[in-house]
Amino acid sequence: MALPVITTKKLTKRFGDFTAVHEIDLEIYQGEIFGFLGANGAGKTTAMRMLCGLSTPTSGEATIAGFDIYKETEKIKKHIGYMSQKFSLYEDLTVRENIRFFGGIYGLSRKELKTKSNALIDYLGLENEANKLVASLPLGWKQKLSFSVAIMHQPKIVFLDEPTGGVDPVTRRQFWDLIYKASDDGITVFVTTHYMDEAEYCDRLSIMVDGRIEALSSPAQMKIDLNAASMDDVFYQLARKAQRQE
Amino acid sequence: MHQAIIAEGLSKSYGKEKILAVENLSFTVEAGEIFGLIGPDGAGKTSIFRMLTTLLLPDAGNAKVMGHDIVKDYREIRKTVGYMPGKFSLYQDLSVEENLNFFATLFNTTIKENYHLIKDIYEQIEPFKKRRAGKLSGGMKQKLALCCALIHQPTILFLDEPTTGVDPVSRKELWEMLKRLKEKGITIIVSTPYMDEANLCDRIALLQHGKILSIDTPPNISAAYPDLLFEVKGGKMSRLLNTLVAFEQTKSAFSFGDAVHLTLQDANTPAQDVINYLAQKGIEGSSIQLIKPTIEDCFIQLLKN
Repeated sequence: MALPVITTKKLTKRFGDFTAVHEIDLEIYQGEIFGFLGANGAGKTTAMRMLCGLSTPTSGEATIAGFDIYKETEKIKKHIGYMSQKFSLYEDLTVRENIRFFGGIYGLSRKELKTKSNALIDYLGLENEANKLVASLPLGWKQKLSFSVAIMHQPKIVFLDEPTGGVDPVTRRQFWDLIYKASDDGITVFVTTHYMDEAEYCDRLSIMVDGRIEALSSPAQMKIDLNAASMDDVFYQLARKAQRQE
Repeated sequence: MHQAIIAEGLSKSYGKEKILAVENLSFTVEAGEIFGLIGPDGAGKTSIFRMLTTLLLPDAGNAKVMGHDIVKDYREIRKTVGYMPGKFSLYQDLSVEENLNFFATLFNTTIKENYHLIKDIYEQIEPFKKRRAGKLSGGMKQKLALCCALIHQPTILFLDEPTTGVDPVSRKELWEMLKRLKEKGITIIVSTPYMDEANLCDRIALLQHGKILSIDTPPNISAAYPDLLFEVKGGKMSRLLNTLVAFEQTKSAFSFGDAVHLTLQDANTPAQDVINYLAQKGIEGSSIQLIKPTIEDCFIQLLKN
């Protein structure tokens, strides 16, 4: 079995008397594509912020990429990549400038930056757009570039927060090809999505309801366990039990 | 049945570079139907909505909404339409109740007068009526926005991406609400990037880059799919997909949930050939069956042409 790169034990986050995340246990392996699902307000974002080292847990334990979630958050940040639909790239920098900027932030050397930039531009077929502003790229290209930038420093894990929202169905599938490739290269992909067909593309997934993980297994197993015809049905069965008014 | 919207040759471009957002678009919406504009970001959905709700002037073409011209009769249109923009645009500092009251007053009406229209929806947010709109959860904001768009009893309702970023359970709830509003005789025009919601509309327009790829009822669009479509299952997705893409008989293959959707070059190829080929490549125990194309299949097929 592959090595675990995310391990959490009873990880909890409370805001006052509100428990946003309640005792979640996760073990996610190297190269795994892990889908992190839940209704709006179930606690996904809070959990993800803790796993990225951006928010200190109230209680529980966790190790991310081999580092402790309380004491080594700066090291965690160096060994993960992050991409969200909302914040991805600087619109008024060119493609090449964005790559250089984010590569620099992730600590790549000048030499590495040069070779990696060219390789990336080549891989994405952006030779003609390399010196154009990111604002002028179609959304699908932005998303692909943004993902590639997030894994430029070969992180152990990449966190993707609804990466494919609003993208056309062909581009969405091309985006998943990039995810498969990253996973083949040994990068763990931790992804949230509202597209249930994308949930099927994950090796395993969890569904959060009211701050707890209500189900965790492969998509196929989940359908068997709940006697559900589709992932949509699985999600509906679990999430409609939610009590909390967000 | 008369037409709620008649659009003829609508065009709109932006900026110095004259980037076309909407290109020579013509379509009609029948009174009383739920009409869906289906397409990804950048397809032109919002521009179409803004022109039809008189917030944006077209560069060319014209349109009528409930018989009123979108340029000349903009005042009349504003009285008859309800519009819920994609971006939350209520007053964050006013409470739930204050927002609703404000919108009622703008249209010279009262909450009480049209309460029957919003009752089902408003009851769900009523426990929070003293809460500021900015402090509501996403789902509740949306319900409030819908109430505010309905409070003047519009005859036609424009909803711009009401389900974007919303989880599947809340999405289902919203569509239930829309169905009930339709039963009350309100024409609904709704945009969405989620292809699976197309089936909940009476008719849809599939949009990409400001143009209509296809416009019809969802069953008719499915029926117009030009090829036989197969669903193939077997083993790990990435391996199955790559193997099928490399098959010389393959016309198109793409992932679709837990299966690959496949079309073949030659309609006479027996399905068993696919299974045999997969077995040859080391994928044992695969299955194949003929399926009805979904709207997403149709969209992908139309994009490729």
